[in-house]
Amino acid sequence: MALDSKVPKGPIKDKWTDYKNKINLVNPANKRHIDVIVVGTGLAGGSAAATLAELGYNVKAFAYQDSPRRAHSIAAQGGINAAKNYQGDGDSTYRLFYDTVKGGDYRSREANVYRLAEVSANIIDQCVAQGVPFARDYGGLLDNRSFGGVLVSRTFYAKGQTGQQLLLGAYSAMNRQIARGKIEMFNRHEMLDVVIVDGKARGIIARNLITGEIERHSAHAVVIASGGYGNVYFLSTNAMGSNATAAWKIHKKGAFFANPCYTQIHPTCIPRSGDYQSKLTLMSESLRNDGRIWVPKNIEDVKAIREGRKKPTDLSEDERDYYLERRYPAFGNLVPRDVASRAAKERCDAGYGVNATGEAVYLDFASAIERYGKEQAKIHNIQNPSKEKITQLGEKIVEAKYGNLFQMYEKIVDENPYKTPMMIYPATHYTMGGVWVDYNLMTTIPGCYCIGEANFSDHGANRLGASALMQGLADGYFVLPYTIGDYLADDIRTGKIPTDSKEFDEAEKAVKDRIEFFINNKGSKSVDYFHKRLGKVMWDKVGMARNEKGLKEAMTEIKQIREEFWKEVKVPGSANEMNPELEKAGRVADFLELGELFAKDALMREESCGGHFREESVEESGEQKGEAKRNDKEFAFVAAWEYKGEPADAVLHKEELEFKDIELKQRSYK
Amino acid sequence: MSGFFKSSIGRKVAMALSAFFLMFFLIIHLAVNITSLFSENLFNELSHFMGTNPLVQLVLQPVLIFGVVFHFVMGFILELKNKKAQGVAYARNNGAANSTWMSRNMIYSGLVILAFLVVHFADFWVHEINVKYINVQPEDPSRYYHELVEKFLPMWRVTAYVVAFILLGLHLAHGFTSAFQSMGSTAGRKATLQKLGKVYSIVIPLGFIVIALFHHFNH
Amino acid sequence: MNLTLKIWRQKDSNVRGQMVEYKVTDISEHMSFLEMMDVLNEQLVNAGDEPVAFDHDCREGICGMCSMYINGEAHGPDRGVTTCQLHMRMFNDGDTITIEPFRAAAFPVIKDLVVDRTAFERIQQAGGYISVNTSGNTQDANAIPISKHAADEAMDAATCIGCGACVATCKNSSAMLFVGAKVSQYALLPQGQIEAADRVRNMVAQMDLEGFGNCTNTGACEIECPKGISLDNIARMNRELMKASF
Repeated sequence: MALDSKVPKGPIKDKWTDYKNKINLVNPANKRHIDVIVVGTGLAGGSAAATLAELGYNVKAFAYQDSPRRAHSIAAQGGINAAKNYQGDGDSTYRLFYDTVKGGDYRSREANVYRLAEVSANIIDQCVAQGVPFARDYGGLLDNRSFGGVLVSRTFYAKGQTGQQLLLGAYSAMNRQIARGKIEMFNRHEMLDVVIVDGKARGIIARNLITGEIERHSAHAVVIASGGYGNVYFLSTNAMGSNATAAWKIHKKGAFFANPCYTQIHPTCIPRSGDYQSKLTLMSESLRNDGRIWVPKNIEDVKAIREGRKKPTDLSEDERDYYLERRYPAFGNLVPRDVASRAAKERCDAGYGVNATGEAVYLDFASAIERYGKEQAKIHNIQNPSKEKITQLGEKIVEAKYGNLFQMYEKIVDENPYKTPMMIYPATHYTMGGVWVDYNLMTTIPGCYCIGEANFSDHGANRLGASALMQGLADGYFVLPYTIGDYLADDIRTGKIPTDSKEFDEAEKAVKDRIEFFINNKGSKSVDYFHKRLGKVMWDKVGMARNEKGLKEAMTEIKQIREEFWKEVKVPGSANEMNPELEKAGRVADFLELGELFAKDALMREESCGGHFREESVEESGEQKGEAKRNDKEFAFVAAWEYKGEPADAVLHKEELEFKDIELKQRSYK
Repeated sequence: MSGFFKSSIGRKVAMALSAFFLMFFLIIHLAVNITSLFSENLFNELSHFMGTNPLVQLVLQPVLIFGVVFHFVMGFILELKNKKAQGVAYARNNGAANSTWMSRNMIYSGLVILAFLVVHFADFWVHEINVKYINVQPEDPSRYYHELVEKFLPMWRVTAYVVAFILLGLHLAHGFTSAFQSMGSTAGRKATLQKLGKVYSIVIPLGFIVIALFHHFNH
Repeated sequence: MNLTLKIWRQKDSNVRGQMVEYKVTDISEHMSFLEMMDVLNEQLVNAGDEPVAFDHDCREGICGMCSMYINGEAHGPDRGVTTCQLHMRMFNDGDTITIEPFRAAAFPVIKDLVVDRTAFERIQQAGGYISVNTSGNTQDANAIPISKHAADEAMDAATCIGCGACVATCKNSSAMLFVGAKVSQYALLPQGQIEAADRVRNMVAQMDLEGFGNCTNTGACEIECPKGISLDNIARMNRELMKASF
């Protein structure tokens, strides 16, 4: 099967407009005869459900949490990008498009990214109209901040809780439609399979997580918006319940899975403190606007700090290695995430990690506090301010900017980050890879769409900060509602999809069989035992740096863990009740397959690009020596995998990437 | 508007309005009684006015009684409703960690005040009504002071009054600011109201206590 | 450290529950409270028992899913945190910790420590939104300047995570801090003015219908709220309702 991205013809600037003008529409009177299922209610799913309902479709929305508002989009802290150019610093749709393609290391689909940049400004208008309380300046206009990998200030934010506020906006739009009866909301429900009738996605099988009941839901189209698969690493910044099951189920029913190896390891997370750790906590990238990252220059100081003989504040400027500023003078601490993460790993691997586990670097606000303090002293006309006064004034500004993040850090680590530098280390955060979709956001299963983090399309091999929120909302509010109409226009005479067909029978039976298996399996080990083992293999061998040998080992080991899982897993309780262990078992079973495909994809991609770093592919000489080396000649394609049973047997389909409007360059942040 | 007083917030507002009225009444009551400390004549004069003025007797007195009864009945209704809203009780609940004793026990301080009012009505009001409207006797404008003094002779009554007034103080310590909060007072006034509430909830009961003790020990 | 846990166990909403005692050992003070619960559950699963069901998801204090009443306080003894951010360093070796579900008639127990908070959903559906279509054809975001003060105050109200600690901690099981925060966010912004009267009326009516109690201004909710939502939001809601009614 040849992949058709269905990118419209014409100049990139006009593609989306022309396309919208020409697609089929569904008459408002007919929309009420059409049902759409949306799985997941984060920014993408929530905004899609609200918009589709507003247009007149009957929407059934599913969330595993007890409210759509709790989806993990809520945890995004820093902000959302939009090419508004309110700051007059030279921003434009083109520049946002360019930055995103470059930030993604030239592995995203150009037309999709341009469309994203084009609708970005609308998102801000929309959210403000919905009552999202973005930060404002004293003139009452919207404020912006700058994020990694770009040279303009285009990030809109709501304190350190931008994701929460945007999700509450989408959620309020959903509530309006739930009140109108246009969205039927299924909280505490988990999709366990997609049902395909005559080659088209026509419904899902879902489990009511309170009663354990298996339910059939039919629709004319199914939208998957279930987020990323970062929890394949066990430890990540994802929510505990974040899972890949919906995406993986459609993959197994015919949707190709693209670029699973593109995973973002976020540079600023709170380091791991012990084996009991259940998740990692992100500290917003916005901290890098003011924080300087360093490790000691001398290994003796590292030892002294680890043994508690020295404190980081004892070290003079000369004894510190601000390695990002040293290696990347142009972008300094604001290099993109993948670069910052690898640089931290490089220092820690060399033995310079500053905590007991050897996996931590400092993020230091002392210079920012001093700078702001001096500024404030000037503003308030304080002559010859004392050092204490400067610190006091500076801390106030830092508190106003990052207060909630500092408080969160102090609660978790029990150290005051105003007085001593924060410790940070990279952690799995976002997955750029995902279900392959065409320009319409439709997967290779007709009628099955995939939006938000769950799809692969817009971020290439690396996502820039504050772009995930933008993509989720763009897909849900402004892209899918158009493109899905083009497909549904053929369904106006179909009528309600019956749920008593043999396709539903079969899908339900398979789901029930699997649940029965888990409940009845007399194993000896908990689900978490296997999940942790999978996570360790993934982190050690498919983590920030990968090589052929490690990846091959990972594939074998994951397969082994999977086989053992199916023999030895133990799930207490029964099927017909709330059973969190049973929920986890199903999710981990899918991760155990996805992980292997992930490693296979990483093994195939013998180049370094974005979040995917192959140790075999680095610059050997020149100014960029040691930096990641991309191979555009052989690898400028999307790797879309077709399911064939075992993950190792997956078949590769290539979508060649064409860059007509951007010249492929080495990504330099020096 | 009719819907308003059926809503939970409407009932809070009604509670607050009756509380304002009662708090205003307390000021007047104290102002009259305090004169007994230094001028028998003035006290008698004021009491006579209050006791015989038709506006006070026929309009304000019924309003006051309504206010008292309303405040109590509404208090009970809300308490019952709130109990029902709670469902299963906690095995362990550390209320002191986040709220004052006064705020959590308004119903109990209120009940003590109610019991006190029964005694108080029996002491003064029943007698007044009897003298004025049932076994009508000629008005003696100088009887009030002596009646007051007489009442405070027995130790048990003084003790009961003092205890009741302490509870009233505790009731007011929460009730004063609470009433303003229910009426939607703005954040800017919070600090001032808190100070005022403190002063009010101490001065009013203390005033009554001083009166009771003064007459007990001076006669 | 070694701890004794007294935990509410209840099979489902139809049966009565009871407190059950458990022991956990070797708990690190750096663990979060939920990680301590993970240790207990792993122990229970390995022993062939049913683990304790509890709600949790993001484990970074923002989703509002976690919801335990620990030693008599919503989200435990620490301030400004949810249970997932509560750390074991708040406790001492040998402590007995009582863990109960959030209690309120409007929050029925689903299982063990998991409660049904969908009453909050219905309150929001009653009016917790601005009726604007998601067409993208709204006016420019900077067309209406909003004073920084109002925007910041709206943001403070909007930080509510809907966890229900206010209800759980209130002796009257009142939801007014939650509803007050929602009403306030929109009442403070010009975009929210058009529907302000209907919004507050409908949301309060739904709140009453759900069987939440009546606020008596104890202020406990404000103290226990992990996001520090201020009581002023309740006062604002009261004002809004009076404005809408008279």
